[in-house]
Amino acid sequence: MATQNTRALARLMLAPSVGLLLIWMIVPLAMTLYFSFQNYNLLNPTNVSFAGLFNYQYFYSDPAFFQSIWNTMLLVGGVLLITVVGGVALALLIDQPMWGQGIVRILVISPFFVMPPVAALVWKNMIMHPGYGVFADISRFLGLQPIDWFSQWPLFSIVIIVAWQWLPFATLILLTALQSLDGEQKEAAEMDGANFLNRFIYLTVPHLARSITVVILIQTIFLLGVYAEILVTTNGGPGYASTNLPFLIYRTALLGYDVGGASAGGIIAVILANIVAFFLMRAVGKNLDK
Amino acid sequence: MGNITLKKVNKSFGETQVIPAIDLTIEDGEFVVFVGPSGCGKSTLLRLIAGLEDTTSGTIEIDGRDVTGEAPAKRGLAMVFQSYALYPHMTVRNNIAFPLKMAKLDAALIDKKVTDAARVLNLTSYLDRRPGQLSGGQRQRVAIGRAIVREPSAFLFDEPLSNLDASLRGTMRLEISELHQQLKTTMVYVTHDQVEAMTMADKIVVLNAGNIEQVGSPLELYNKPDNLFVAGFIGSPRMNFATGAVSAPFNAHTIGFRPEHTRLSGESGSWKGTVGVAEHLGSDTFLHVHVDGIGMVTVRTSGDVAVHHGDTVFLTPDADRIHRFDAKGLAIR
Amino acid sequence: MARAVSTRRTVFFTVAAWIVALIIFFPILYTIITSFKSETEAIQGFNIIPSGTFQSYIDVQTQKDYFKPFMNSVFLSVGSTFLALLISVPAAWSMAFSPTKRTKDILMWMLSTKMMPAVAVLMPIYLIFRDFGLLDSRIGLMFMLMMINLPIVIWMLYTYFREIPGEILEAARMDGASMWGEIWYVLTPMAVPGIASTMLLNIILAWNEAFWTLRLTTTDAAPLTAFIASFSSPQGLFWAKLSAASTLAIAPILIMGWFSQKQLVRGLTFGAVK
Repeated sequence: MATQNTRALARLMLAPSVGLLLIWMIVPLAMTLYFSFQNYNLLNPTNVSFAGLFNYQYFYSDPAFFQSIWNTMLLVGGVLLITVVGGVALALLIDQPMWGQGIVRILVISPFFVMPPVAALVWKNMIMHPGYGVFADISRFLGLQPIDWFSQWPLFSIVIIVAWQWLPFATLILLTALQSLDGEQKEAAEMDGANFLNRFIYLTVPHLARSITVVILIQTIFLLGVYAEILVTTNGGPGYASTNLPFLIYRTALLGYDVGGASAGGIIAVILANIVAFFLMRAVGKNLDK
Repeated sequence: MGNITLKKVNKSFGETQVIPAIDLTIEDGEFVVFVGPSGCGKSTLLRLIAGLEDTTSGTIEIDGRDVTGEAPAKRGLAMVFQSYALYPHMTVRNNIAFPLKMAKLDAALIDKKVTDAARVLNLTSYLDRRPGQLSGGQRQRVAIGRAIVREPSAFLFDEPLSNLDASLRGTMRLEISELHQQLKTTMVYVTHDQVEAMTMADKIVVLNAGNIEQVGSPLELYNKPDNLFVAGFIGSPRMNFATGAVSAPFNAHTIGFRPEHTRLSGESGSWKGTVGVAEHLGSDTFLHVHVDGIGMVTVRTSGDVAVHHGDTVFLTPDADRIHRFDAKGLAIR
Repeated sequence: MARAVSTRRTVFFTVAAWIVALIIFFPILYTIITSFKSETEAIQGFNIIPSGTFQSYIDVQTQKDYFKPFMNSVFLSVGSTFLALLISVPAAWSMAFSPTKRTKDILMWMLSTKMMPAVAVLMPIYLIFRDFGLLDSRIGLMFMLMMINLPIVIWMLYTYFREIPGEILEAARMDGASMWGEIWYVLTPMAVPGIASTMLLNIILAWNEAFWTLRLTTTDAAPLTAFIASFSSPQGLFWAKLSAASTLAIAPILIMGWFSQKQLVRGLTFGAVK
């Protein structure tokens, strides 16, 4: 009957998406996995041989590897700390009664729409430049020695830029969550004698907890892949001081032409991302049941 | 015309049987109400008639024609949904006109029918608004308007008043009843509210767990309930029940007596009890009396009775208004 | 109900919020200001009142051919979005209206493909693109952008479609609408707002994508991300020009972004926060 036709049609409509994503997921990943066990350099492409675990060993024994893992963690952790704490504070502030709330909201979320190369270059040249940047102007105004951000604090500088880009995202999501908090609940708590701090601890924080989790997980997925910001500012340096895992893989791959090594790095990145993804999927999946 | 006949209609979702084989006849022009607690299968039964669910087995006939396998639109029925299901992007006019447009009627004719329906339902000044700009009662009327322009052989209502507040519910109840008087078209109405069932129906079908417990006119159900379920479901406040030593003298497993058929006395009576809560409604007083051996008994007396919490009272049920039930819960007549 | 809030409190929060908002917005604001300065003015220390010259905008076009990467960005973001919608509308539709036991698993799996780090497949994708002659081609990059945003698009559409109440479809069926009538008169008008916001968010994401657009293009297909990134090589003072190019690159998307605040939350949290 009609329902059977509908079901067949439904499958047909779903097929292209499923097929494309299936190919998209399996083919490149299988190739990466395969390459990771090969000696394969683009400078010498005819000489390909089985490498066993050599690429992993090579990656593992490279001191830059551990530094890049550590940098990745610092970058992700630093940005998360700034954006979550700052996002909660900003969301609470914007949620207060004020004039021009709509415009304030627009100003605050704007950095999210700035493409990464622009964000990084604007910060590098116009804000953090040791000679002509606004920070340098402020330092001189205060009679201090201007800081050469990208040589003295390369990773921290990148953390600031990336945090500036993602703070709006955290703010916007937490603000949305905050505004869904039942007004009567707040009034009930007030009647029960809870002051602002109590209401924040016992009502707002538990209410925001889920959204904060979502913010952390989604940002982590994106932050693990930060690339353009590093490329246009420090190019990973000085040395490996601001090289994260994606950037190291990029260096190995397209600057060192080492397909095997880059692939081994890629597999490590997949494992890292999957750990985060596992928790994110659980958080999102729970929501689907409602 | 609008005879609807269900023959051995059965519905299962996978392993779970929602409705065991049911037989039911709805006469042309009748106002039939399906009533029962939530989850009793009354909505499913309505949707089976509408064609929105497929029957697992059995046949449905409308005016003697087998429509079991037919698409909903071909059955000549109109339905009013619980959520009204108005098209949010269309004006009231277009909402009402939609079924006519689908039937490819002439534009002038559509316009005339919509205007007529709007006049009947007091919607004329709202025709160019969207559903979002209407109140609950107005939306309800639009949904009804959309149903009546099709001139269906029967109307189906799925809990249409449950989203309205109490006073509006009373008004709409009257409007639907009046509409039935005017159109004299078969109406099948689903509700969980026995008051709606009693006030509107020509014929009530009481459902419980997919089974038809009893079919009859409101007063038949009130006066002669077939079983404990119907006895307890129809009538407000609920019928009192007593078992054991209290029911033994009546040769019954259980006896039932309605609050309004129980006399109250300060001096003597069949049972002695203590007043718990007295609800003074002005027109009536509902007393909740604790009686040893029975439990809580509800008594309905006149509004001017001055009885309060803690008073001792005596109760006597009207002898000819006692309902007797056997161990299976079936009425003993 | 809302209480009357004291004016003093409102003033305090207004001032505080505006100060914070302007600090956050400052880099963008200063970029716009600098774009109206001359190159010498741009490096003469802090100054928020530009001389108001349009020279940088003219230079960006005449010296660097700004229009080409701009059109590439438009082509890539709009093209990849339409391609993604073409594939995802039917998919989201079928999952929302004829769900099966596996629908939830399929959705979760689709989402999981988004978790794959781009860098992990850099090598195979690069080699595939090289071997098929797709490096620096707009078609190849458009396909890439479509693929990386496909899960988000399907998810967003799915959450929108699922909000269309089933009773409305049943009402249409009772009213005599055929399957196409149902789709054309009832579903499509109700789904259009959701599709439009999905489109908007996807254009924003594609416009700002800065991994594949940088790695798979050199000149011909290079969109604005690659164009701007080319300013990073230190070859003299060019800040006013950089500002002009940046302003042009972010302005359209900034305005679109302002209109899509709500959808952004929903799209980027996969419906977990609404």
